[in-house]
Amino acid sequence: MSTNPLSPEADGLPEARPRAMHDMGGVSKFMCDAVDVEPHALDDFDREVDAIRGLLGAKKVMSVDELRRGIEAIPEADYLRMTYYQRWIRSITDNMLAKGVFTEAELRAALEDTK
Amino acid sequence: MSATPLLAAGTRVRVRDDWPETRGPCHIRTPHYLRGATGVVERHLGAFPNPEDLAFARPAPVLNLYHVRFAPAAIWPDATGGALVVELYESWLEAA
Repeated sequence: MSTNPLSPEADGLPEARPRAMHDMGGVSKFMCDAVDVEPHALDDFDREVDAIRGLLGAKKVMSVDELRRGIEAIPEADYLRMTYYQRWIRSITDNMLAKGVFTEAELRAALEDTK
Repeated sequence: MSATPLLAAGTRVRVRDDWPETRGPCHIRTPHYLRGATGVVERHLGAFPNPEDLAFARPAPVLNLYHVRFAPAAIWPDATGGALVVELYESWLEAA
């Protein structure tokens, strides 16, 4: 398993500290971004990912805490370009691989079948 | 309930200056900008299983959670006013 992505900023406190990438609060380079509070439309992919997470929770395979930790472990470059639910499915996939629910080979085979 | 006695409102506390992020996979709810900072306990919020353990599906001891108030200017030198109250687990707090 990889370590958490770290984003040490160039200079100044607290930006110089070895914060984890998602630990964005209080970092001045994010200060001027207005919070997007508009409702977001969900597409089929979003709903399907949400349903998968719900099923894994109901069957006690994976908790929301594990989901969140997996999202935090996504490398920064990937994290910043992914949508909300793309981060979810990435975390879910990483968790399932780590737990041995399916193997990387099985995942690849399943993805081939969808082509 | 957590095994440790409650911190009273008004108690001065220091946030541990610890960086688990540098030691491997972890899940930390204590913001980076508060590590090593001194604040004052505002109130007890309850006791909850430690999210640092839940994140790895490990057995999670129940910890007290507090609202702790900090002076913004002590964290960000150019801060003018405002308020900073953060939820912190007892495992991150030490006597100040």
